[in-house]
Amino acid sequence: MDITVNILLTIATAATPLLIAAIGELVVERSGVLNLGVEGMMIMGAVGGFGAGYLTGSPWIGLLAAIIVGALFSLLFAVMTLSLATNQVATGLSLTLLGLGLSGMIGTSFVGQPGVRLPNLDIPGLSSIPVVGKLIFGQDPVFYISIALTAAVMWFLFKTRTGLTLRSIGDSHTSAHALGIKVIRYRYLAVMFGGACAGLAGGHLSLVYTPQWVENMSAGRGWIALALVVFASWRPWRVLAGAYIFGAVWIGQLHAQAFGIPVPSQFLSSLPYLATIVVLVLISRNKRLTMMNTPASLGQPFVPDR
Amino acid sequence: MKKLLIALMTTAAALSLAASAEAAGKLKACWVYTGPIGDFGYSYQHDQGRLEVEKALGDKVETAYLENVSEGPDADRAFERLAREKCKIIFGTSFGFMDAEVKVAKKFPKVMFEHATGFKTGGNLGIYNARFYEGRYVLGQIAAKESKKGLAGYIVSFPIPEVVMGINSFILGAQSVNPDFKVKIVWVNSWFDPGKEADAAKALFDQGADIIVQHTDSTAALQVAEERKLHGFGQSSDMIKFAPNAQLTSLTDEWGPYYISRVQAALDGTWKPDNVWLGIKDGAVKLAPFTNMPDDVKAMAEATSKKIAGGWNPFTGPVSKQDGSPWLKDGEVADDGTLLGMNFYVKGIDDKLPQ
Repeated sequence: MDITVNILLTIATAATPLLIAAIGELVVERSGVLNLGVEGMMIMGAVGGFGAGYLTGSPWIGLLAAIIVGALFSLLFAVMTLSLATNQVATGLSLTLLGLGLSGMIGTSFVGQPGVRLPNLDIPGLSSIPVVGKLIFGQDPVFYISIALTAAVMWFLFKTRTGLTLRSIGDSHTSAHALGIKVIRYRYLAVMFGGACAGLAGGHLSLVYTPQWVENMSAGRGWIALALVVFASWRPWRVLAGAYIFGAVWIGQLHAQAFGIPVPSQFLSSLPYLATIVVLVLISRNKRLTMMNTPASLGQPFVPDR
Repeated sequence: MKKLLIALMTTAAALSLAASAEAAGKLKACWVYTGPIGDFGYSYQHDQGRLEVEKALGDKVETAYLENVSEGPDADRAFERLAREKCKIIFGTSFGFMDAEVKVAKKFPKVMFEHATGFKTGGNLGIYNARFYEGRYVLGQIAAKESKKGLAGYIVSFPIPEVVMGINSFILGAQSVNPDFKVKIVWVNSWFDPGKEADAAKALFDQGADIIVQHTDSTAALQVAEERKLHGFGQSSDMIKFAPNAQLTSLTDEWGPYYISRVQAALDGTWKPDNVWLGIKDGAVKLAPFTNMPDDVKAMAEATSKKIAGGWNPFTGPVSKQDGSPWLKDGEVADDGTLLGMNFYVKGIDDKLPQ
């Protein structure tokens, strides 16, 4: 029983950063902006979070710093693509490159320094209930944030007027503009929300997952988050499912290896990617519904006066 | 997508190098790393070696490096760029750079090339390596003494001879103390992914291992050991700060002395392509101070290190292969060629070697 609980806990830790970054990117893409800079914002959040935590000794300040750094860094992308109408794909890619390089430079003095770890939630009494205690009441705070965030985004996008407006901008920015909606302002806020989420995901890496700073420590997780959004056809609950399927197969294959099943490890290593794609494609197989969910003006630059 | 990014980054890094080149009369020594120098592991240690060269040879040399160079076609361009930028001696520090270096070395016969951990040489291409397996034998002995369950978890990157050799040496060391010692192996198919290494460590601990060994570069696995109040071994650098109660020792690489001697030789004009394999006795493989263990285990580890420094090879018979067929006869010592091409397990390992 213990091992099952441990495995579930490990899966949650592995899935959390993917989920947070993907939920953020989902909102960005729903507003019609494609930001390929998730990896860069994530790593900046990781170094910012580690640095602030390390210097102040408080992981909470670290986590807050990760969010702020992520949001500020995404502002760069917003100014370029929204105010200056640069190509979103190219700008997003350069944001990733810049983030990876810049974080390495900022983090030089943090290399080899043990950081601070965000403590797990521990509610006296409740956390010690067998099995469910640890799963429900004993995880790291970011896990709860990630679940709350998913629910909040789901509610915001589909149950609020502002969410509806945001989605309409993503579908047709010219129509929205004609209706007098401030397209650029909405998109600025969406991009910064995405940046804050990516930063938080990075903070999770350097303050919870592996409390340390090393260059490139995000190791491609930003790209996985990006792919999750597309394969989940821009639906929050599918992103949640995708992140957890990925996490489960990711952890499962490590256990399978440790258990000694005779399957080549290279195949097992590729399994999380395969499984996630297959499952999400199956859930999204209804072509019409998928078309409906795809933000139609995704990636297109918009200049209000044109 | 990541490959593309790394390619772009390599190019960008190489371009920025051009500016700092060209200093009059100095010998330019260059390094190519596969990871970031901030990995606090393998590439970090090579870069420490580079810094030692700068310190020791002062204004007679100028150094430069390219980091994050992926193994494969990108590496060709990295080496060629450095050669064109007047690097006189170039060190390629990863196994996967082998073919790239062979190719580029032929193109630039006046440049001196050195390749770490490979097996191909040329008229201007030497190879150097460290006998990490010597240290891993000692780790095996410590693990067998310290593990209460007689089971270690081993996190590994790719099934190349270097890694397989390490696993074999580890288990031979462990069996010399406890013949029934077992090891569970997890391949993470990456040299560097802290999150995945941590997950692998958790999986191995969850399945009953109480000691963790790694042949990957980050401190993540040791941090998991620290959290779970279990033990493990560091890799490449001394990682004691990350796991003050968990690290038993760390298998560290000290490339500085070798790099200094080779760059000095290049300065003196006496450089020749060489084929060296440095071990504990040369100081290239070092074990960090033995900690968190009783004195008798410490004494045993020290005695074994001394024995190996004295010339004893951990791959001394009798040793059988995994399937039980004899490999080394009693007293027979494995030759370096076999070790460098090692693609089989010795007896006592349950894992199936990925081919």
